Order: sequence, then structure tokens, then C-alpha cells
Amino acid sequence: MTHAARKRGSQVARRDLQFALLTLALLAAVVWAFPGFASPDNLAALLDDTAILVMLALGQMLVILVRGIDLSVAANLALCGMLAALFNRAFPELGVLPVLALTLAAGGLLGALNGILVWKLRLPPIVVTLGTMSVYRGVIYLLSGGEWVNDNEMSPAFVAFTRAEFLGLTSLSWLALICAVAFMLLLRRLPLARNFYAAGGNPEAAAYSGIDAGRMQFLAYVVCGAIAGLAGYLWVARFAVAYTDIALGFELQVIAACLIGGVAIGGGVGSALGVVLGCLFLGIIRNSLPLVGISAFWQMFINGMVILAAVLLSARQQRQPRTTTLEVARD
Amino acid sequence: MQAPLLTLTDIRKSFGGVRALAGVNLELHPGSITALLGENGAGKSTLVKILSGVHQPDSGVIHFNGGDARIDSPTVARDLGIGVVHQECLVFDQLSIAENLFVNAHPRRRGTVDWDSLHARAQTVLDELGAGFSAHAPAASLSIAQKHVVQIARALVNDSRLLILDEPTASLSQRECAELFRIARKLRDAGCALLFITHRFEEIFELADRYAVFRDGASVGAGRLADTGREELIRLMVGRPVEQLFPKQAVAPGEVLLRVENLGRAGEFEGVSFTLRRGEVLGIYGLVGAGRSELAQVLFGVQRADCGSVTARGDIALVPEDRQGQGSILPFSVAANIALPNLAALAPNGWMHAQRERQLAQQWIGTLAIKAENPAQPVRDLSGGNQQKVVLAKWLARNPAVLILDEPTKGIDVGAKAAVHQVTTEFAAAGHGVILISSELPEIIAMSDRVLVMRRGRLRGEFSREAATPAALLRAASDA
Repeated sequence: MTHAARKRGSQVARRDLQFALLTLALLAAVVWAFPGFASPDNLAALLDDTAILVMLALGQMLVILVRGIDLSVAANLALCGMLAALFNRAFPELGVLPVLALTLAAGGLLGALNGILVWKLRLPPIVVTLGTMSVYRGVIYLLSGGEWVNDNEMSPAFVAFTRAEFLGLTSLSWLALICAVAFMLLLRRLPLARNFYAAGGNPEAAAYSGIDAGRMQFLAYVVCGAIAGLAGYLWVARFAVAYTDIALGFELQVIAACLIGGVAIGGGVGSALGVVLGCLFLGIIRNSLPLVGISAFWQMFINGMVILAAVLLSARQQRQPRTTTLEVARD
Repeated sequence: MQAPLLTLTDIRKSFGGVRALAGVNLELHPGSITALLGENGAGKSTLVKILSGVHQPDSGVIHFNGGDARIDSPTVARDLGIGVVHQECLVFDQLSIAENLFVNAHPRRRGTVDWDSLHARAQTVLDELGAGFSAHAPAASLSIAQKHVVQIARALVNDSRLLILDEPTASLSQRECAELFRIARKLRDAGCALLFITHRFEEIFELADRYAVFRDGASVGAGRLADTGREELIRLMVGRPVEQLFPKQAVAPGEVLLRVENLGRAGEFEGVSFTLRRGEVLGIYGLVGAGRSELAQVLFGVQRADCGSVTARGDIALVPEDRQGQGSILPFSVAANIALPNLAALAPNGWMHAQRERQLAQQWIGTLAIKAENPAQPVRDLSGGNQQKVVLAKWLARNPAVLILDEPTKGIDVGAKAAVHQVTTEFAAAGHGVILISSELPEIIAMSDRVLVMRRGRLRGEFSREAATPAALLRAASDA
């Protein structure tokens, strides 16, 4: 047991390290073929491009950690994005801060709705969020009447916020970095974070330790929703347009990034670093394939293969010998 | 007398170093009902699993129907003609009764299921048994007793010649038992051999004609019931010296720490009242299903009581029976498991400190002699005994007023057992209260200052340390 035990003890950290090396290797391969890819401008653009994915994936990770899943993140994002755009159109003079507060609160509420249904009514997360995904999209249509909100209807400050640069990185990139560092720190150091892992790792044992696994699921959905809400404003501002179908299907990319980043779909296992790497990995592929002249359809195929490979890798690492110690116990 | 249908010779079976069967011999005769007796943990269920093909014995010979048999899968057991009525009622609720009878053995015609023949044969078997319900009804509509009948019918459909009844009466009413016994006698008269497992002595003498007694995984006696009596059977079941692995410290009980009054939870237990004093180890003995674990869960607060009150001076901790499912989080490290109920103490200013967490774990690894390489090792990789020590540590670190131990030494090795006993008695002596739930008579008797006995959800007796003899406890627990 000794060697295997040591190996498994730091299994997550090991996987993160391996995956970081793999991501670097991918980057190196792309740079080798296209030296221009390594230019600071291009790398900054890559980060900017991946920023929203990183934030959403961190929220999603929290939900998957507690044995949930949030299929409604992209719909939440689109709804909050529309709210932000409409709010800005109505009160263009108020600036960005109220918009940030509004989207965080609205997103958090939408997440809380998911959370309540999962926690109090004990409905399966995948069914709940499949339902709210459609509901949230439907509400966008009700709010906007199917109209687009275009950049000429947005205040300059509203649009400028995401594009502001500081030390060569956009504010969007900085937000993603701050989120990532905060998650890494908080997941490691906050007692509450331990409860998330416990509730996902073994809900029953968590209950026997005084942790309400359902409440942890609720909190995870609220955090995930709030991030999605904020990302809604960022998305709308970045592309300077809001309509019903923005980020359609993006929830699948978010979930994929989590899985590639080593989050166990069964809950209880995952790291913020892994998730960030998963996002960057997807980002590099997405941004380099057009250089090679590969069509968007091949991109989907390759994304899919990467997900399968990543899941296969995780499954092999997490497979355990069957325990027999308690079998004798039922007599 | 005819030749036996089944002869077991020196069957042995271990699970990961824990011995479940240590030399079992058994003979079952056609046209005869044999009662199998033994305490919890005596090896009865393991034997059932071996006969039904779920487990394979490590050594020993199974002689069935005139030839040596290798029962290496449930299908083989079925084809040999061994049928089992499981205690847990293994019936598919979503299927019809007829489909239940022919699971994995549907009659076929030209490669498809022959539904007409299936329903006709099912109804015939049910009518033979006098079951009184239609083969078309969904199994979910049946009572537990009727589901037992369905399991028996399933065995008949497979032409079983040996039928094992694994505690079928545990949740049946008197009338339902009588009905089950009628069917059992009918099968006996038709030439089947029956093995009947129960804890109720009156049923043994009512139904069976032969007996076999297991103790600690070995056969200790067998014969005709006509030649023996109740007292002799009890003597066989418990007849071993009360081994004391770690001496209990004598402590004068102090003030009342826990007062339980008329506590009840529907369908599990009712009218439970007792007190626990500082320095006391209170044993709760009973058979499986007596409601002891359920009581512990209510005291700890994982389940709510329907009535009654619990007054405690200080907090209550529970080391649950299922240490892997409820006690610990297997992929978590030793340190993280111990930290889990102690997060507030480890993070006084809201921040976790890995250093402090590791120190706490290191301290308990030392105190309880936990065999772990380091605090970062996942609990999954530890042996059962060391896993149990981790679960103990996580609660001891909280220093609770009352500690409830539910089967704390089940399936763990002797050394770990002694360690658990030592911790238990020291913790009580340090001025706490301990409730020890155990199905092991020697453990209960050696460790407890006072013993309560539960049977079918009620307290059925209280014994001082002096009065708590194996025979007295077993009698109170099993209606004998």
C-alpha cells in the first residue's frame, strides 16, 4: 500500500502539475509552428478571450464539487446580460458600478432558485437546471420582446469597462485572474470550503459530521449564479450587443473545461488551478486551430476528443481496489 | 433417515484478513427444517452468501445432492436448486409478480418471451402456495410478507430442493408468520430441505425439527431439537469465556450528563427512557433491527424524534456503525477527516492553517497509535481498524460530553479492538459519558457499567454490571 498511498495522497496536485506541463507542451507546439502565437499581444488576447470561461468554470466547479451540475449558467449569463443592457439603456448616466451590483445580485438570485429546488425539494440537479435553462432564456425574450440592444444604445462607460487595460491586460483578464487566485486561496483556507468537498465526497458522512450537504449545494448554486450574472454584463459589454441567444450552448464548454481540468463529475474532487488550466487548454486549441486552417467543425471534434481523453485519464487515476473490510460486517 | 441433501465440511472464509467462517460443518436433510442459530457475527449471513453463490469459500467441501459442488455464481446456485428468501426482500417493485418469478429465466418461444406460459406457470405456483394474489399485479402492491412468498415462489419456479429462509419473520406480524410457516411446512412435506435462520426461539421450536449452532464462525453443535432445550441452545450460542482485552477502569458515576425521556420515532423505537452519568459506560445490547442504531442517530441529531425529550449537559458525538459510509470521507486525508468536525477550533480567525491541521492529526496519530504513514494519507488506504481510530479521533478531538459508539469494533482486528476499548474506558474515566452499542456480548459485558437491552424498538431490561451475564442479556434480547 505504501507507494500507491503516497501517490494518491497528492493525487490532485500531481494531476494539476502533469496537466500544466501538458498545457505548456501544447502551447510550445503551437508556438513552434507559429512563432507569432507567443507574442505578448497574442497571449494577452488569448487570456482576454478565455477570461469569461475561466470565471464561469470556477463557479461551475463549485457546483460539480457538491454533486450538482448547472446547465443554466449560459442562460443565466444571457438573462443578466440583457438586464444589464436594458438597465444601462434606461439609466445611462449611472455608470458601471450599479450594473455590476445588479448583475451579481440577479445572477445570485437565479442561482438561488436552482439551489432551493435542489436543496429543499430534493430534485435532481440536472433536471432542475435543464428546466431553468429554458425558463431563463424565455424570460430574456419576455424582457426584450425579442429585440437586440446594440452598441449605439449603450453608454460609453458601459462598453469601455471590459476593454480598459492595466499593465497590458484587459480588466476582463484581471477579473478572471482575481477570481482564480481568490478561488485557489479560499478553497484552501476557508473552513466552509472544506464543507463543500466533504458534502461532495460523501454526503452521508458529511451529515454525520454536522454538515448539511443540501445547504452546501444551495450555496454553490448561489456563487455559480452570481458569477454567471456578472459574466453576463462582461459578455454583453465585450461584444457590445445583447439578444436572446447570446452564449447559446456555452454551458457545455464550461462543464467541459471543468472536466478537462480534473473535476470529478461524481463530486468531491477538483482544484481551482486545474479548472483554470482546463480553460486555458481549451482556449489555446480554440485560438490556434484557425491558424492551422482547421474549420470550426473540426474544433468541436477535437474538443470532444480532449474531454474524453481527460475523463479517461482521471478515471484511471481514481480507480480504487475494491474494499472488503466491511463485507464481513453484515451478519 | 435419508442421505443428507447438503453436506458442508470445514468451510472457511476470510475477508481481507478478517475471519468470517472458521470451519463450518452442516448437514441438511430432505423433508426437514433445520434452524440455524448464532449471535450477530457468528457467520450465518456469510454462509448464506456462500450457498447462494455470492461468495466462494477459501477452503472446504460442499457436497450437494450426491456430488461435490462448486457454487461460483448465483446462476449456478439457482441451477443446482438452491433458493434463498432474503431478509431484505429482494423483489423488483416495478415488475409484475409473474415477471419477478422468472427474472433471468423467462420461458421462451422462438427466441422471445412466452408471456402466456409465463403468466400461467406463475399463477399455478402461487395457487399451489395458496398465496391468494394474482400473478399480474405489480410487486410494489404487495406487503413484506407477500414479497417473502414471492421469493419462495421464485425458488419453486426454479425447482429448488434447498430453500434458505434468512430471518424472514423479522418484520412480519403473528398472522403473517403463521402463513409463512404453513407454506414452509408444505414444502418440507413435499421433500424440500429448509434452512431457517431466526433469532426467535419460540419460532424455532414451532417450525424446525433440527438445529445447528454457529459461534464465532464455527459450528459448535447440531442435532435434533427433540433432544435439546432452550437453555442448552443459549449455552451453545454464548458459551465462550468472556475475554477481557483491556480492563475496564472502575469509576464512581457522577452527575447526570444525559437524560432521555420517553423518546420515540415512528416505526423504529418508542418509549425509551434512561440516564447517563459522568464517568459511566452504558452498554446497549440487542439484536440487529432492535432499534439501537436508530436511537443513536436521534440522540446525535441526524434523525428527528417524533416524541419525547433529550436533555444533555454538553454536546453529543456519534461514531457511527458504518465507518466507511457515515464515519469518514474515504478520499480525504487522515488530517482532513479529523479536522472536519473541528474546523471552528482550527480556524479561530476564519482562516484554515494547514500546519495546525497537520499537528492535530499528528497528535491523534500518536495518541491512538494510528498506523498511517503521514497525516496526508487518504483514509481509504488504511486498514479497517485504523479507519475506525481516525473516526474516533475526529470526535475525541472535540472533547464531547457524551460519546456514542455504535458497534465500534465490528470487523476490526484484535489489536485495534483493544485500543478502542482502552480509549473508551479512559474517556469515561476522564469524566465523560459513553454509550456503547454492541452486538458482541463479551464486549458489552466487559466494558459496561450498566447494560440496557433493546428488543423490537423498546427497552426490555436494565442490568447492573454484576447482573449482566451472557445468558441473561441474550434472553432479554431474543424473547427466549
